[in-house]
Amino acid sequence: MKISEQWLREWVNPDVSTQTIADDITMAGLEVDSIEPAAGEFTNILVAKVVSVEKHPDADKLNICKVDAGTGEPLQIVCGAANVREGLMVACAMIGAVLPGNFKIKKSKLRGVESYGMLCSEKEMGLADSADGLMELPEDAPIGTDIREYLDLNDTIIEVDLTPNRSDCLSIAGVAREVGTLYQCPVNALEVLPVKADIDDSFPVKVSAPSACPRYLGRVIRNVNARATTPLWMVEKLRRSGIRSLSPVVDITNYVMIELGQPMHAFDLDQLQGGIEVRLAQAGEKLTLLDGKEIECNDKTLLIADESRPLALAGVMGGEGSGVSDSTNNIFLEAAFFSPLAIAGRARDYGLHTDSSHRFERGVDPELPARAMERASQLIIDICGGQAGPVCEQLSEVDLPKPASIHLRRERISRMLGIDFEDAQVESILSGLGMSLEASDEGWMVSAPAFRFDIAIEADLIEELIRIYGYNRIPRTMPHYQPDMKPLDESRLELQRIKELLADRGYFEAISYSFVDPAWQAAIDRDIKPVALANPISADLSVMRTSLWLGLLKAAQHNINRQQPRIRLFETGLTFIQTADELVQDNKIAGVVCGNLHEEHWDGDARKVDFFDVKADVEAILAAGGQDIRFVKDAHPALHPGQTARIYKGEQAIGWLGALHPQTQKALDIDPRVFVFELDQNAVLAASVPVFKSLSKFPEVRRDIALLISEDIAAGDIIQTIKSAASDVLQEISVFDVYTGTGIDSGLKSVALGLILQGFSRTLTDEDVDSEIQTIVTALNKTYGATLRE
Amino acid sequence: MADLQELLTKAQQAVADAGDLQQLDAVRVQYLGKKGEFTAQLKELGKLPGDQRKEAGQKINDAKRSFQAALEERKAALEVEKLNAQLAEESIDVSLPGRGQQSGGLHPVTRTMQRIKTLFAGLGFDVAEGPEIEDDYHNFEALNIPSHHPARAMHDTFYFNANTLLRTHTSPVQVREMETTEPPLRLIAPGRVYRCDSDLTHTPMFHQVEGLMVDEQVSFADLMGTLDKFLKLFFENDELKTRFRPSYFPFTEPSSEVDIQCVMCAGEGCRVCSHTGWLEVLGCGMVHPEVFKHAGIDNEKFTGYAFGMGVERLAMLRYGVNDLRLFFENDIKFLKQFA
Repeated sequence: MKISEQWLREWVNPDVSTQTIADDITMAGLEVDSIEPAAGEFTNILVAKVVSVEKHPDADKLNICKVDAGTGEPLQIVCGAANVREGLMVACAMIGAVLPGNFKIKKSKLRGVESYGMLCSEKEMGLADSADGLMELPEDAPIGTDIREYLDLNDTIIEVDLTPNRSDCLSIAGVAREVGTLYQCPVNALEVLPVKADIDDSFPVKVSAPSACPRYLGRVIRNVNARATTPLWMVEKLRRSGIRSLSPVVDITNYVMIELGQPMHAFDLDQLQGGIEVRLAQAGEKLTLLDGKEIECNDKTLLIADESRPLALAGVMGGEGSGVSDSTNNIFLEAAFFSPLAIAGRARDYGLHTDSSHRFERGVDPELPARAMERASQLIIDICGGQAGPVCEQLSEVDLPKPASIHLRRERISRMLGIDFEDAQVESILSGLGMSLEASDEGWMVSAPAFRFDIAIEADLIEELIRIYGYNRIPRTMPHYQPDMKPLDESRLELQRIKELLADRGYFEAISYSFVDPAWQAAIDRDIKPVALANPISADLSVMRTSLWLGLLKAAQHNINRQQPRIRLFETGLTFIQTADELVQDNKIAGVVCGNLHEEHWDGDARKVDFFDVKADVEAILAAGGQDIRFVKDAHPALHPGQTARIYKGEQAIGWLGALHPQTQKALDIDPRVFVFELDQNAVLAASVPVFKSLSKFPEVRRDIALLISEDIAAGDIIQTIKSAASDVLQEISVFDVYTGTGIDSGLKSVALGLILQGFSRTLTDEDVDSEIQTIVTALNKTYGATLRE
Repeated sequence: MADLQELLTKAQQAVADAGDLQQLDAVRVQYLGKKGEFTAQLKELGKLPGDQRKEAGQKINDAKRSFQAALEERKAALEVEKLNAQLAEESIDVSLPGRGQQSGGLHPVTRTMQRIKTLFAGLGFDVAEGPEIEDDYHNFEALNIPSHHPARAMHDTFYFNANTLLRTHTSPVQVREMETTEPPLRLIAPGRVYRCDSDLTHTPMFHQVEGLMVDEQVSFADLMGTLDKFLKLFFENDELKTRFRPSYFPFTEPSSEVDIQCVMCAGEGCRVCSHTGWLEVLGCGMVHPEVFKHAGIDNEKFTGYAFGMGVERLAMLRYGVNDLRLFFENDIKFLKQFA
């Protein structure tokens, strides 16, 4: 909310600087966002009158004006504004004037015509962010007066970012009340006298939804001049509050809203039929709003209607055709209390957010409508003339919010805050905030004033206490609690261990958005329908990732496009897959690798990374906690059919490793060969507590065998077969050569294996070893038809 | 015996002339081998009269020993020479880069979260996690933000349907923990959060660390003490000033925002702190009774504090990163700076 300091000081005037006020209200919870001057920095702009306007001979949009700035001879000024006309009172920057942005006004020639100054818009003087044309001044503006002096522009705008609980500060009066409390200085509350009813006219009002609208005040004012001019002081105060002047009646209702905090609405009485009804909408009922937008109401929407049609979205916005226009003569003025729950969320239902809905959904003082009605009536009569009828009130007492009576306990204050307050201190702070207190055994019974919608429970009062006392006067202590040791599960690795392992193996950790491009998603996991956001921020971030590869590949592409010759990235996090019965959110760990294996080195040529380089990284991850890992050839739609492994831990499939399919690479527009892996975090982090086995005291024996075996038998399968055939003397198996080519029949390969055997109770004899090897070879022969290579 | 002396001189000269170990060995064989010249001398002894043999033998052995000593000395010298030559040969340019895999590094967000976790672990806080696709109840209702609440507008929520959404904060984790675990509770919940907002200073995804402490004696003074200490330790600055400002969150009461003295200008006022000298880094407060009620915790028996901080913001301030969006581009040149 924007607050004019001048206006605020009319209400409350502590003897401190603007900055001090801003700092102090910030520390009391009214956070000041900015402090700006009410006008830009400029000099030498005077009030002037446009005496004559002539078309520029060589430019369609320019006019040659004679302007009287009180300096004797009228000045010739070329002006391009559409609203320039004879008799208009304007702000004229004289030769030598300096406008905001250090823009100096000099004598100039526009399309061959000399110009001795510039007529200004509000924007050019730094009074507004935008402008449609020249600023139009009142007819009685004194020619030749400095505009800064005339508009009283030596003012400061304090912008306060109010939290949703402090609706009581959404007005000058409310902020003044808060400032008065902080500085303990008097607030010059506006004296509002009832406007005498000159006429008896009234307009019937029926409230059919009293819980939503417990109080509705209406008043007829006849013979109003809706074309009167809003006085300059009001236009300026509105402008400094961020509101544009539109027409006098609307300006007045806006003014009262800013001044006192009560949103109001003025209807054109002659457009209303029968009487007003405040009622809930029927579903589907249509209403065209002031801004021309037609809405279709839901049945939770509160309407102001007459006998024939809905007139306004209660507490949110007026409708088209029933508001005050230039031709209005008679008005019906509304000031109501709508309950916050009846308005909350309604504006948002229709994509609206107005100054009125902002206030009503947070809570407007239910006692305010009467005061606001009198204030607005008086201003209308003063500015637009007219005769007021009596104020008619529809009230449902039982539906008005009741100020809660809250028990505030001494013990609770100390316990919650960690400090003790003196009784007198509590009483002085709370009564200073307009609360009434009654002593009880344990503390006080407290009632808050009607405008404090945020005070409902004991904790609210405790906050008020320290808010005024000063948060930063509370000592800072460390919590006291019973120290205790925590369980430490040794069969569970920390994710950080794996992250560091990957970082040590040359990977950089990436963090990418969890929502991805559906086209990429389809290219990677075309068999899975991803979970889609209802309101994505953009089309390329609209579905939830089903694999971490999506973000990693995007990151790889980003780096490839920036000439990185070597990319190793990993990411950890959730993937999201909707199954038939539930939404599965699983933690994964994944990597993407491409380019050179190592950084370019002086000792040899750079080799491209291959499957087995990346497999070593995956093996290292799994070695941190796992045993019984198998890599089994498998097919994945995104991966190369000949270079894809499904990874198993025991019988459980826990991930994938492979080269990206060339078609996938093409679809993603990634050129260099890319390898990817993805593993279930749970499986990776599940470790086991080591169990010691005695070391054998007897020597190891190594036997090497070379097998001739069908080319399509995987080494992993050979090793599995050996392991199940062998006895417990077999300690280790290594594959030290795989060969096809000359000397080997086509369709076969030679696999050389090193077998390490060791007895536990005695040294193995040659016969023991021979018999073990024979068992193994027999099993391989039986299973795969493998033979020993001679 | 003149020729013995001559022989020794000649032999010693041959030792001195030997240029390498091989030549030296040839000299050894020439003089001491089976057919060597000293051996020949000894063989001649038999021809001498008995009374002269002993003396002559003595002299030959003396000459032989002198020769052997010279031989050993020369051998040692040649070995040193040879080793030196080998070492010179093996000399390398130690400034050339090493071979093999270079180290990568962790993301600055991870690095920052790890730092936060470690500092709070010192105070006995556990780490808790929760789902990122949340239900309306845990993200809002249970945190005292009913559907019509104006605070919902502050959240810019991504929805899947009316009841399912991307969590807008890590606070639902505290609800889930309170539902399942009896106090005392001390936990932090780091993780990704999402808001439908994207511009220079907002990304639609970012990270928060939520903290919660519930016990029989937890006060606002403790909250202030904990966070003040945390911020001083996080920025490794014992003099860092902090201030607590009244604020509003539906799930805490009293609520506060926490500012630190600007770490860029030490509170002097600069562009980063909008010339105020202060930077907002945290939100916090005492757990609202409604939140305890939803979680089934006795509000009379227990009190609690909660806080939440933006990880990227802390990382930016700690490392001087000036553009939020860099965190999610994953440019290796950026990531390398935190390795």
